[in-house]
Amino acid sequence: MDTFIHLASWLCLLLGCCFCMIGGVGLLRLPDFYSRIHGGGVTDTLGAGLVITGLMLQGGLTLTTAKLAMILLFLLLTSPVATHAIARAAQHSGLKPQVADDAA
Amino acid sequence: MSNFISDISLQIDLVDIVLLTILVVVAVAVIRVRDLFEAVVLLGIFSLLSACIFTTLDAVDVAFTEAAVGAGISTVLFLATLTLTARKEKAQYSHSWSGFIVCTLTGGALIYGTLDMPHFGDPDAPIHQHVAPRYIVDSPEEIGVPNMVTSVLASYRGYDTLGETTVIFTAGLTVLLLLRRDRRSRDRSASPPTAETTDRRGSHVMRHAMVLRVMSKLFIPLILLFALYVQFHGDFGPGGGFQAGVIFAAAFVLYALIYGVEAAQRVAPPARVQVFVALGLLLYIGTGLASLFAGGNFLEYKVLAHEASHGEHIGILFIELGVGITVAAAIINTFFYFAGRGRA
Repeated sequence: MDTFIHLASWLCLLLGCCFCMIGGVGLLRLPDFYSRIHGGGVTDTLGAGLVITGLMLQGGLTLTTAKLAMILLFLLLTSPVATHAIARAAQHSGLKPQVADDAA
Repeated sequence: MSNFISDISLQIDLVDIVLLTILVVVAVAVIRVRDLFEAVVLLGIFSLLSACIFTTLDAVDVAFTEAAVGAGISTVLFLATLTLTARKEKAQYSHSWSGFIVCTLTGGALIYGTLDMPHFGDPDAPIHQHVAPRYIVDSPEEIGVPNMVTSVLASYRGYDTLGETTVIFTAGLTVLLLLRRDRRSRDRSASPPTAETTDRRGSHVMRHAMVLRVMSKLFIPLILLFALYVQFHGDFGPGGGFQAGVIFAAAFVLYALIYGVEAAQRVAPPARVQVFVALGLLLYIGTGLASLFAGGNFLEYKVLAHEASHGEHIGILFIELGVGITVAAAIINTFFYFAGRGRA
């Protein structure tokens, strides 16, 4: 059982790191602003979420895990809202999303 | 076992090296970028990295302050300032050789000076040999507060903290004096802005955003509650008046960002916020005077109750509350004046 939890936790941590990297690559490589914040969003939710889940599995049933759970809830609620706010502000300031025709 | 320990120290070294390297890279980037908006964001990252380094050094109270003040409120205040000024730095491409020589010499002297400094995290460093052992050994007996940082800040070094609070009070006062006079003279020349126009020119993008309104309504009470927890739990864990004040003010700043500064000023009228800036400092000084009247020295809390440690608890509670009130009110006030100025 212990080994299983360890394995699950490391899987979560590594997957989370992977998603963080994917988000970072996306931020740098994607063509326009709106697709870039989509890349950043991966880091905030999936990346951080999986890392924290992995840490919770490491912590076991302790106060630390409870705190981590609160941080996770907080992140899951705030990060998409922040991304939404940035996108909204960009749209309001007149930035047009790039569509398939422009890219060619 | 010894292998295990060296493994851990190696990991800590690695974390330190990575963090410090990123810190240097970010610092260079801050100097290099011409876009001030980018520089502000990078400065926020710089503060967050510093907070991480403080955490690895086990200085959680400092890390907490750095994260709240440096990465949080300073960034918001910088951005508020940027809305009043230009976004780009003026291009200055003049190279002066004398400046280069002075910088190189000073930098070289500083690096030469570091050769004599104790190693990073060395337990035998002079700073760990002077008064620190006494605080660590005696403070649980003398003060009876689990968080040693709080007992040092609030009790042993009560005068220093009083000075810091006075600095914040003075800063708040200066912002008030500088920006208010300007506003009044402009009001005299131009017709005073009505609440309607300022409201509309406010952050109406955000005010009509349903998601942001709902989420801010969900989070502002939680932020305020967390600020109170940090305030009153500072004796037992990381936290205290400074951090709590900043977090408390952050809730009001968030409200102002989403609902507009006018709406936030209706919740916290500036005239009343200004009173609180002074009230916090007065509470601090009043605690000192109370201990004076009770027969002790200024800020000697142990005379405040029958039992010495109980008196220390009361004294620390009141002065931390004073610090919190002054910090929160000064930041809210500063934000109101910075953010309200571009629109009035």
